[in-house]
Order: sequence, then C-alpha cells, then structure tokens
Amino acid sequence: MELMYTQAQQSFRSEVRAWLSENVPNEQLPSFDTAEGFEAHREWERTLAEGNWGMVTWPTEFGGRACDLIEWLIFEEEYYRAGAPLRVNQNGIFLLGPTLMEYGTPEQKERFIPAMASGDEIWAQGWSEPNAGSDMAAIRCRADRDGDEFVINGQKIWSTRAVYADWVFGLFRTDPDSTRHHGLSKILVPLNSEGVTVRPIPQLNGLPGFAEIFFDDVRVPAFNLLGGENEGWRIAMATAGFERGLMLRSPARFQQASKRLVQLYREHGSDVIDPSIESAVVRCYMDAEAYALSTYQTASKLCSGGSIGPEASCNKIFWSEMDLLIHETAMKLLGARAEIEPQTAAEFAELGTWLDGFMFAQSGPIYAGTNEIQRNIIAERMLGMPRK
Amino acid sequence: MNFTFTQDQLDFQEAIASMLKSEVTADTIRARWSAEAGLDDAFLAQAHELGLNSMLVPEALGGLGLQATDFILLAEACGEVALPEPVVESVMVSTPLLVDILDQGLGNADVQRVIDAVLAGEARVAVGHSINPCINYADSADWFLLADGNSVYLVPRDAVTLDAKKSVDPSRRLFTVSFNPDSQFLVADGDAGASLQRATLNRGALATAAQLVGLSKGMIAQSVQYSSDREQFGKAIGANQAVKHLLADVAVQLEYAKPVTYRAAYTVGVSPTRADFAVSHAKSAAARTALMASRNCIQVHGAMGYTWECDVQIWAKRAWALAREWGDEGFHNNRIHEWLLRKNALLGPEFTFGRGSLTDVA
Repeated sequence: MELMYTQAQQSFRSEVRAWLSENVPNEQLPSFDTAEGFEAHREWERTLAEGNWGMVTWPTEFGGRACDLIEWLIFEEEYYRAGAPLRVNQNGIFLLGPTLMEYGTPEQKERFIPAMASGDEIWAQGWSEPNAGSDMAAIRCRADRDGDEFVINGQKIWSTRAVYADWVFGLFRTDPDSTRHHGLSKILVPLNSEGVTVRPIPQLNGLPGFAEIFFDDVRVPAFNLLGGENEGWRIAMATAGFERGLMLRSPARFQQASKRLVQLYREHGSDVIDPSIESAVVRCYMDAEAYALSTYQTASKLCSGGSIGPEASCNKIFWSEMDLLIHETAMKLLGARAEIEPQTAAEFAELGTWLDGFMFAQSGPIYAGTNEIQRNIIAERMLGMPRK
Repeated sequence: MNFTFTQDQLDFQEAIASMLKSEVTADTIRARWSAEAGLDDAFLAQAHELGLNSMLVPEALGGLGLQATDFILLAEACGEVALPEPVVESVMVSTPLLVDILDQGLGNADVQRVIDAVLAGEARVAVGHSINPCINYADSADWFLLADGNSVYLVPRDAVTLDAKKSVDPSRRLFTVSFNPDSQFLVADGDAGASLQRATLNRGALATAAQLVGLSKGMIAQSVQYSSDREQFGKAIGANQAVKHLLADVAVQLEYAKPVTYRAAYTVGVSPTRADFAVSHAKSAAARTALMASRNCIQVHGAMGYTWECDVQIWAKRAWALAREWGDEGFHNNRIHEWLLRKNALLGPEFTFGRGSLTDVA
C-alpha cells in the first residue's frame, strides 16, 4: 500500500490542469438538453478530442492516451476542479465505447469509435420499454432478421439524450420465440432512420433529457449487430457493470460538490440555526472522501490484475444517496430562497446551481437500476441471501 | 499510488482469521464469561507464538518492524470473531506508545524493561487516556501507561488502585484506575506528553475502528445464515425484500468503512500525530456502520434477537462498547467539523492523499 502519487502521476495532473485552464469555456454552457446547448457541448467534445483528452483511458489509436485507471481518476479530479462542461458524450464514451472495444469487430471499431470520440456521433441509450423497466428481461421491441438487415418494430422509453442524439444503442428481441433474457441482441440504430419517431419527455426540470423512441419497420444493416446474435443480455450486463461501476459517476464530482457545500456552509456561518446541518455537512464531506477512497482501492485492484466483484453494486446506492444528502443540505442552508430558480448572474452568484442539482439528485436512486433493485442484488449476489 | 494489500498481507490475514474462527467461537466466548479471569491465557500465549506482540515493534528494538497496514486486516479479523482478549489494543496502542517513548529518548529504565517483557510475552500493558473512563482488563495488566494532564506515567500494577465497573458486554472487564502521579513513574510531560497522548488517541480510535469493521462483518454473516434458515409463511424470511434490504444497507456502509479504515492505518503508520482527519473519519464511519449492524441484525433475528441465548448479542454489545471507546461518533465528527472550518484547510479531491490527509486538526 502506497498512498502517494508518483512523480509521473503528479506531472500528469499538472499537464491536465494546464490544458483545462486554457481550454475550458469561461461561461457555463447552456444545458445539453436544449438544442443550442447540445451543439455547444458537442463543440466542447470536439475540443477535448482534438487535444486527445476525450477519453484518456482509450488506446492512442482511438484518440486516447492509454492511461490507467489511477490517471483517469486524476483526470476526473482536474476536470471537475476546472468546472468543465458535463459530458454530452457520456453514453458513448463510458457505456458503448468500452463494449465496442471488447465485443466489436475491427470494422465496427473503425466505423464507430472515431466518430464517437470526435463528438460527430452522439449516442442515446435504449434499454427500457413501457413494460420493461426494472424488469429489463421483459423487453419486447423486435428486430427481425431479413437477409443482411434487421427490421425493428416496437418502442423504447426513458432514452437519455435521444432528443438531440444521432444514434441509439439498445437491446432488441431478435429471436421472436424467446422469452426473458434469451434471444436478445445489442443493435446500433441511427436515429435519422426512416421509421424512427422520437417523442421528447420533459424531465422534472422541464427539459427533454430523455425521450420515447418508436420504431416502425426500421431497417438497419446486420453490420450494426454488436456481439453475437441473441447474446445481447450478456453484453448488456457488461455495459451495466461499467455503468454501475467505476466510470459513470467519478468521485471527483461528489468531492467538488461536497467542497462547495462546505463553502456554502461557511458563508452562512452564524445564521445556521438548524443543528442537523452541521452533522450533514460533515457526513457529506466524509462520504465523498470515502467514495474516492473506495474507487482508488478498486482502481488499484484492477490495475494490478484483479477484478470487480459483486460488491460493486454498493457503489450506486452510496453515491446516489450521498448526492441527495449533499443537495438536501444545500437546500436547507438556502432556506426559503432554495425554491428560487436563478435567472440572472446575481441570482446565480447567490444561489448557485443547487436547485438544479437537487432536482437531478432525485433521479440518482432511480436510473441505472433503482436502488431497491440494487439492494436485492447486494443481498442475493454479494451476501448470498435466498432468492425465493 | 497503490491502494491494495500485498499477497503476503492477505495470506497472513487468512491464516490468522482461520485460526481465530476455530479457536474463538460463541461457545468459547461464553465460557470466558463464567471464568474468573475472563480472558484466556492459552489463547494469549498462542497469539504471542504467532508473533503478534512484536509485529509493530521496530527491528532495532527486537520486533518485526511492520506497519499498521500490516496489522489492520488482523485487527479486523479479531473483531469479526468478537475476540474478547485485548490483543488489538496491545499490539496497536500500548506497545507503540512504549516504542514512541523510547524513540523520543524519553522515559526511564523501566520502559526498555517493559518492552522486552512484552516481546517475551511476559508482560501485559494497559493504556489509560482521558477520553476513556475505564480500562478494559486492567486487572490482568502488569503495567499501566496513564495520563495526568499532559504527562504520561508508566506505573506498575502494585501502584494503582482498581475499581471494577460492569460492562454491558460480558466479554469486557472494566475498571477505573487511580494512581498517585509520582515523579518516579513519569515518562513524558509538557508538549512531548501531549503529543504522545494525541498519537495514542489516534491509534486507539484506529484499533477500535478496525474491530468495528470486523464486528459488522460478523453480524452480517450470522444474520444472513439465520434469515436463510428460519422459515415463515412457507419460505425463508431472508427471501423477503424488507429483510434483504436491512442487511444490504449495512453491507453498503461497511463496504465504504473499509477503505476509510485502511487509509487511516496507512496515515497512522506514516505519522500518528498528524492522522487526525483520517482516523476520525475511520472511527466515525466504522462506529456508525457497526451500530447500524447491531440494530438491523438484532431485528433480522426477530424475538430470538432479544434473547440472551442468541449469539448476536456477543457482537452487538461489543459494537455498543467499542463505538464509544477512544471517542464516539460525535467526538470524531466534531474533529472533522473543526478541520473543515479552518481557513487554510486543504479541501478537494487533489488533497485526499498526501499533504491533505496529513493535516493537523488542533
């Protein structure tokens, strides 16, 4: 155990910090759930890609820097420290990208990864259906093989970024006689295909961060099948593992939020009359630190050839509940002013983005497998409790 | 940067854990409850044979020269079986304090003599600190390291007066210890004494944190077993989500208390007087986890959980005791709170390791 950064890691941090300080936009970009904001964020992805900072863990041939996970954590720490824009490319780079690297053919990698890295093609997720939410194996949306093509019919819902994205990846039932997790395949679909209808769904903040997607005889080439036909479930589980695991929510995000919370608490100093706030602030800071320590531990384990076990299911519960506590505590500190949605620079200076973060925090315990489902997984797979 | 244990460390943990699991069972612990001395001399002799007493003593003083990170998993294993003997306190708290005293050129001829006796398995040393009202197993100690103000004294058994207190945990034998702070026993005073006491508080809090992590593991394991065996409505009670979630909640907290405790062990090894933040974080998280474990695991056992017969009490009561020894959650949260409010506090992820984690609180 050596909990000190090497000289090389410190130099890497300096390099990241220097590049970000020169390139991060001064003004906060509009939300990527608006047309204008989406394109502004796409432009930022291009900037990142041009500097080879888009996805530092990727091989250099795909525009990465072949960084290990410790360097990735350092990159993330600097990224959040710099207040750089949220990643509109997240579905692609964190979820689909790693799956393509593992299961894609060389031709598929060549076709999809460079365009993903540059931000030219931004990805939406297509997992859930109206009757397949927590019970994802109930997927019914069909992709029937017809020669060199699949013909897709059905519906997806809660597809994050689908309103403005270029492509969607998801699970489709390719064996019509199959049930449950058998007979599903992972297929990549351009959202401008004939027969695709995207219906935006406004989220809690009023912006269309996700959408319904209707497929009506949509034809895609068989080339767009990722991994083996009818093997989609196994591949999806690999993706879900990445999502729940290290990459989706890096610790720096919460460490910066808890640091801002401490600052807010200090600013409010003497007018804090609720004694529960003090312990909540301490708890938030400790939990963000604990999440970082746990992630460094997992990253170290992976770097030295180990693997992630079922304990990874604990991550999602921990960070999503911490995110709620951070924002609930900020709401308490802001008191009756917490309900004001800031419109002007002066209001932003006073109220920050706490309200927006508070609303977003409501989704954490729901998406990527609800926390109730995660608790079942922990009880059954990690602790070995009876399923029935 | 490498936040992993070596294969040697993991292998040693496994060896000790398997010895503990066969030697220290609910039955042998209950046997200790009705024995006069409480602790098991044969077990202590076995622990000494395994080299535990000398692990953290520098090689120059005749020890193995290992670090707190080499012992932390063993401390956890001791907690997992609810070991009654104060082995962890001896290895992590009292012996390192003796070593500190010698290292700093303090103390008197007795200090070297006592260390030699500890290394030979012939003396037991108990530590008193103003944060703890009592000393566990004071009746079986040969020497005492006691504080009075900033001063630290090394006092032989015949110069202290013991007054027994009954602990909620039948595995603990508590005593208040009084002594006459005579200069012949003085080993350090002033800043040096205060610094020794501060390092001792951190080591004590770390020693209890590691055991609390182990106790939580032990309680989860028993509750998973019970909820898999016990049937109601024609199925195992553990098949119900409400029961599953009680234990999953503990598992999540435990998963995050562990790395925090390991970081504290690392920091204490690097600089025990500058480890306040890391240690307080560990003690707070481990105490909260173990208290939640005791509550939820008693609940999972239903009416059995409220009986003397049910073994969960062995672990739960230890958790109640250790959660408050060497500073309770409030004390440690307050240390963190003071640190967060300091103008020059190094906040943010780039300070998690290195300089930031070695920041003084006081």
